[in-house]
Amino acid sequence: MSLPPVPQPSAGSETTTSDAPAAIKVQIQGLNFFYGNHQVLRSISMDVPALQVTALIGPSGCGKTTLLRCMNRMHDLYPGNRYEGAIRVQPDGTDIIAPEVDPIQVRMRFGMVFQKPNPFPKSIYENVAYGLRLQGVNQRRELDEKVEKALREAALWDEAKNRLHQMAHNLSGGQQQRLCIARAIATDPDVVLFDEPTSALDPIATSKIEELIVELKKRVTVMIVTHNLQQAGRISDMTAFMYLGELIEFGETNRMFTNPAKPQTEDYISGRFG
Amino acid sequence: MSYERDFTVRPEPYQKQQEGRAHRRGTIDRNFRRLGFLLTLATLGILGILLLNLAMNGLARIDWQFMSSFPSRRAGEAGILSAWVGTLLLMLVTASAAIPFGVAAGIYLEEYASKNRWTDFVEINIANLAGVPSILYGLMALGLFVYQFRFGQSLLAGGLALGCLVLPIVIVATRESLRTIPSSIREAAFALGATKWQAVWHHLLPYSTGGIATGVILAMSRAIGESAPLITIGALTFIAFLPPAPLISHAPFVSGEWLFSPFTALPIQMFNWVSRPGEEFQSNAAAAGLILMVITLSMNAAAILLRRRAQRNITW
Amino acid sequence: MEVSPPPSSRRLDKTVESFMVWVLRAGGWASVLVTFGIVLTLVTESWPFFREVPLIRLFQDTMWTPLFAQPQYGIGALLAGTLVTTGVALLVAIPLGTILAIYLSEFAEPKFRDWVKPMLELLSAVPTVVYGYFALLTLTPILQKIFPDLPQFSMLSAGLIMGVMIVPYVTSLGEDAMRSVPMLLREGAFALGDGKLGVAVRVVFPGAFSGLAAAYVLAISRAVGETMIVAIAAGLQPKMTFNPLESAATVTAFIVQVSLGDLPHGSIGYQSIFAAGAVLFLMTLGFNLAGHVLRKRFHRAT
Repeated sequence: MSLPPVPQPSAGSETTTSDAPAAIKVQIQGLNFFYGNHQVLRSISMDVPALQVTALIGPSGCGKTTLLRCMNRMHDLYPGNRYEGAIRVQPDGTDIIAPEVDPIQVRMRFGMVFQKPNPFPKSIYENVAYGLRLQGVNQRRELDEKVEKALREAALWDEAKNRLHQMAHNLSGGQQQRLCIARAIATDPDVVLFDEPTSALDPIATSKIEELIVELKKRVTVMIVTHNLQQAGRISDMTAFMYLGELIEFGETNRMFTNPAKPQTEDYISGRFG
Repeated sequence: MSYERDFTVRPEPYQKQQEGRAHRRGTIDRNFRRLGFLLTLATLGILGILLLNLAMNGLARIDWQFMSSFPSRRAGEAGILSAWVGTLLLMLVTASAAIPFGVAAGIYLEEYASKNRWTDFVEINIANLAGVPSILYGLMALGLFVYQFRFGQSLLAGGLALGCLVLPIVIVATRESLRTIPSSIREAAFALGATKWQAVWHHLLPYSTGGIATGVILAMSRAIGESAPLITIGALTFIAFLPPAPLISHAPFVSGEWLFSPFTALPIQMFNWVSRPGEEFQSNAAAAGLILMVITLSMNAAAILLRRRAQRNITW
Repeated sequence: MEVSPPPSSRRLDKTVESFMVWVLRAGGWASVLVTFGIVLTLVTESWPFFREVPLIRLFQDTMWTPLFAQPQYGIGALLAGTLVTTGVALLVAIPLGTILAIYLSEFAEPKFRDWVKPMLELLSAVPTVVYGYFALLTLTPILQKIFPDLPQFSMLSAGLIMGVMIVPYVTSLGEDAMRSVPMLLREGAFALGDGKLGVAVRVVFPGAFSGLAAAYVLAISRAVGETMIVAIAAGLQPKMTFNPLESAATVTAFIVQVSLGDLPHGSIGYQSIFAAGAVLFLMTLGFNLAGHVLRKRFHRAT
């Protein structure tokens, strides 16, 4: 039932519908993922388009967060993980789950924003600068520039510019989450992964984050896991519906929400389960 | 069981009976509350009596002469110079052995080691080690450090014995304080491409310094008051000289000679005076005891305050 | 875009990483090495003793005089001292510690508890030589007014003070255990109309029992291994007696007494303290392991 480890890239898969736009950023090919003997993801294949927002939806436990965390090899932090298949990042086509690929380099190409804001207990400036420092940026001027740029892009600059050296924990929850976004994009990653980034925020903070994500896709590819169907509808270009570890349907968001191809998708979207 | 009462049958005086019970329970509770409060005060009072007792017998003895004199056969001329210098140097050895190894072990067990039989064993081992009587550390030091490694009855052997003794305290404090850091902080660092060591060095260690420092202070306060292991390695001798200075006037300016010097320490000196007849020696003992108490109690108080502050300051 | 850092710095990171893993692992090993060192020393240094003295004599002889010309090896004489002083200490620490634990966990205001608990813990931070001084020079004279025949060194005095020293072990661990009993259980009993003490005794105490038992066992281990209080106040002469009003040496006091004298490497005195140490190690090991298992079981249950 599992696909051969690396299927032909050109073959694509049947769930990758033709309404995907041209430039592909990430190709997921026959991805199986296991925790110990438990298979969590089953032969997932999808092409994530560049510079667009791709939402992963589905009921709890469907594997959407697991899939997201495959993208930056976060599973490698815990014992008992096993990947099969391939996740290729374009344009170079590197298979980032290949065992010889250094997960740390993968994480440097894939930024991540978590469910709850998790700034380091350091200053605002140091939070944003940390990823840059890890990548060897040490010049004060370069750091200053990139920190400012990231904070501007995260729409936090105006609120933070006079308190860059204050503790990040003094910010409000929404501001903290925008700081975490600034931290993730400061290093110019190829893709930014959002794992339910607004689940801990109030509606106003949520709408700010949503605006920000739409803004971000001008220069970076976004993948977002969300429980909130309206949110997926508002901000995403493409939507993937997952259920029980399988990718049921993947296509343009508008089409998915108005005219789903699969009955499970329709049931989920119309609120019949999940 | 007393709860298995038949509630369906309600004899006439039932209501009254219940009221009486409830009243009685209230009285019992009030009395127990009083008892508990009084016993708490009484137990804490023992600490006060201890301090007061030492102060009454020993405070008058504490002066410059007492601090700057060597032990002597004449109680009035005796002092604790070699004792406090010895304690200071011992703590230097103890700290430099226990802190690096303890913190490293704590980090390893909490952040690196995977859960398996071996780590279970190490876990049980540390729990047991924390309960091994201090005198057994003395026996180990006697057999291993004094004779096997030929350190002699020296500061090095004594300091290492105390270092082994407090090692579990430092390990446990390090682990507990790492455990309070939420895993989301670790994930944030890893997601930015930090290696494990970078996550530890840039984040986990800085965020847990408060807890580790608390543990280190408690460990040192325990070590300062220990006498049994030092007696076992033979430290209880008449020491009327100071160890060679660690800093010397010619290159390389530091000398390790003091490590191999015989020594005495405050609790040892106190034990020596306690076991001598004569009121004058006993007031010497009280004076040394008072100094010891003030040192250990203030270290403990500092640890308590530090822990409080660390808990207040960081909310994840 | 290619954002991989310069490969040289990544290589450096990797080197540092694997180096640090080894450094940290060495730290983890240190704790094992200490245990190994203790066991190894006790075994090798007491080996000649046990080869010379048949085990049966440890139990047959009624006196412990390994240094005499005609030595006797009845370790029972030392164990009796340890047993009596520990027993006296527990008679103080278990009731007092348990009452304080119940009071602090179920009755006291949280603010009061937060201040009192660390202060109680100071009692176990007092240097034991200070306790010994207090037992010998303050408590014993007071006790002599009650028991006129009480000698200068007595197991009663040492045991009582040792009890005070271990109260915090019982109270602290016991209170932790009782407080982690879920509120729901208490509410069930309160709803039936039980009083606070009734709930504490009938619901909380049984619910926290393995945690409390762990506290008791660890307190016993402390008392068995305590050295300076008994060495100073209980006397240094081994004696087969169970009367706390007499003086007698414990296992630990014997080690101190021999260590105070001249102790050439390999002499019978030297070997005998390692033999006594081995016995002490086995006893406390048993208690420590039991305490560890009970604590683990309690944590799993709640």
